[in-house]
Amino acid sequence: MAATEQTIKQVNTLGSSDYKYGFSTEVDEIRPPKGLNEEIIKFISAQKDEPEWMLEWRLNAFKVFNKLPKPQWAKLNIPEIDYQDCYYYSIPKSLKDKPKSLDEIDPEILKTYEKLGIPLKEQKILSGIAVDAVFDSVSVATTYKKQLSDLGIVFCSISEAVKTHPELVKKYLGSVIPVSDHSFAALNSAVFTDGSFIYIPEGVRCPVELSTYFRINAMNTGQFERTLIIADKDSYVSYLEGCTAPMRDENQLHAANVELVALDNAEIKYSTVQNWYPGDKEGKGGIYNFVTKRGACRGKNSKISWTQVETGSAITWKYPSCILQGDNSKGEFYSVAITNNMQQADTGTKMIHIGKNTSSKIISKGISAGKANNTYRGLVNILSKAKNARNFTQCDSLLIGNQCGAHTVPYIESSNSDSMVEHEATTSKINEDQLFYCQQRGLNSEDAVGLIVNGFCKEVLQHLPMEFAVEAQKLVAISLEGSVG
Amino acid sequence: MLEIKNLHVSIEEKKIIKGLDLSINKGEVHALMGPNGSGKSTLSYVLSGKDKYEINDGTIDYNGKNLLELDVDERANEGLFLAFQYPMEIPGVQTSFFLKTAINSKRKYLGQSEMDALEFAKLMKSKAEELNISTEMLKRDLNVNYSGGEKKKQEILQMSMLSPKMAILDETDSGLDIDALRIVSEGVNKLRNNENSFLVITHYQRLLNYIKPDFVHIIADGKIVKSGDYSLALELEEKGYEEISQTA
Repeated sequence: MAATEQTIKQVNTLGSSDYKYGFSTEVDEIRPPKGLNEEIIKFISAQKDEPEWMLEWRLNAFKVFNKLPKPQWAKLNIPEIDYQDCYYYSIPKSLKDKPKSLDEIDPEILKTYEKLGIPLKEQKILSGIAVDAVFDSVSVATTYKKQLSDLGIVFCSISEAVKTHPELVKKYLGSVIPVSDHSFAALNSAVFTDGSFIYIPEGVRCPVELSTYFRINAMNTGQFERTLIIADKDSYVSYLEGCTAPMRDENQLHAANVELVALDNAEIKYSTVQNWYPGDKEGKGGIYNFVTKRGACRGKNSKISWTQVETGSAITWKYPSCILQGDNSKGEFYSVAITNNMQQADTGTKMIHIGKNTSSKIISKGISAGKANNTYRGLVNILSKAKNARNFTQCDSLLIGNQCGAHTVPYIESSNSDSMVEHEATTSKINEDQLFYCQQRGLNSEDAVGLIVNGFCKEVLQHLPMEFAVEAQKLVAISLEGSVG
Repeated sequence: MLEIKNLHVSIEEKKIIKGLDLSINKGEVHALMGPNGSGKSTLSYVLSGKDKYEINDGTIDYNGKNLLELDVDERANEGLFLAFQYPMEIPGVQTSFFLKTAINSKRKYLGQSEMDALEFAKLMKSKAEELNISTEMLKRDLNVNYSGGEKKKQEILQMSMLSPKMAILDETDSGLDIDALRIVSEGVNKLRNNENSFLVITHYQRLLNYIKPDFVHIIADGKIVKSGDYSLALELEEKGYEEISQTA
């Protein structure tokens, strides 16, 4: 609870009514020159003291990247990205020599996280939530490490895992999202910087929420998050991530790959509250959020549940998906995507049914305001072996104003006559009479919109861990400020 | 409390209210009666500030303020309450949460701190009991799948929790069975005191058996054509609108 309340308080006190995380932190950085080439990849790998196999993997991914065209399926207007005009690595100098304790971390960086409501110092750490904090290209600190390791749980940065748990990384990295999946996936594989690694051993139920807080600080710098979560047999973990960045005029790239693996009877619940800087009202600046998230339900009776609240970014391109291999496995996708002003989002999911009796559920709520465009794009694919597969999909869109767009593009492919697929979709405009009713009860127009939209999103928001649900509700209201009246 | 002078209102070029005068003092209950299309509901929307209505002429003074210059929420937070003829459904928003949000919006406007959760729960419980509203209903989404009577009771619950200075009841009696009518009326009567005022809009004299008005006005074609005390309502019941309007 503390986390979110503090975050909200911080948000409220930061003043400016627009983007409330838009400050930047003054730190000396280590940054190689701009550009994407083998030298940069070798530099990143060397900075991280990576073993030879990891560098080989990256260089191979770079070769693949060079051969792949940019994915074209989204209904997005993506300006040509000049990969050579971007920095691929930036870390605060003070973090170069791996501070051994929080006392050695640059106080400016600690302050940044405090401002964001994520205190890292021992005496203040959030109860019930273990946090890995990623600043630009590097993990700053991970809390609760000792308590978790007593249970055999590994929760560390992916850079660390490459060195400490190479067997797990080698086995699973790229096993859910092949390097050659598409060009953003290949790019991430070549230049990924940091992210979290989680391993939950057999039979362990992780007692706290595991969480990563991503912060982009440096200018002109791409962030290439790589996260890998493995839930061994009969285990459970709930993970959540939060993201913010300073307000800057130029666009910045966040291209992430997140892979989840659930073995027999394991369950992974993955929640995202994405609030990258969306750009200004005219569409200047903002983060390009090109994210590949995919979970494999490898074991029987396994379950992966994605919940996302996407309010930020200039462009969101994201399809958290489930590959339902194990018999009786379950996939879920709960999504709220809000676009305001000039923001664009093309987001949805893929549910690939392979095993018998697999089931999936998709609940998507898209809200569009200003001149924004919001697309739900989803695939439900039932393969011939997936006897008795079930899917239920519900896509609701809400329009605020008359200059925005909402689009629903569901693909359903079924190669199995036993399967059952349901799809429901609605599109509606925010109701003037509802707004008037709320205002007659004393709510100002922005609070009224916030209340109604939160009601519209409730089915999704209630799947967030309690600690984040409150923050998400505030965020929903904040991101629609200025959309009416 | 409320002073309406020479009010002219139109909607999409069509004149609805054509020179209406009405003065309501503190502690008074006024009933406004009239046939369909006479401008009753328009008046309630104009007073609460709904847009789309064009004020062509006239003034409305509310406790020394120019009411027409205040936003909808400002009017509400200044103590003007409209019990809707057709209360809106708000899916996904729990009734109790809505009540809390409304109360705290007003407190914020008045520069007061948020109501303590326990205090709120107590207040809601006691007010809901008075109106025979179950706690189960307060957990449901606001007005969603409520019966007509439940919606009206909910309006009165909101009113009693917000304790307005000036309450407008827009055909609150329509769609109520006799038991619900009694409960709703008792709820209103409990709120009556020397400091607040009511404008009760209705078609039927029936409601006024329960909520005894100090004054009765008859509106026809956008104007008040006759005013009197409670006996006017009885006369109306006997003679009908047409005859009363003609004799006026």
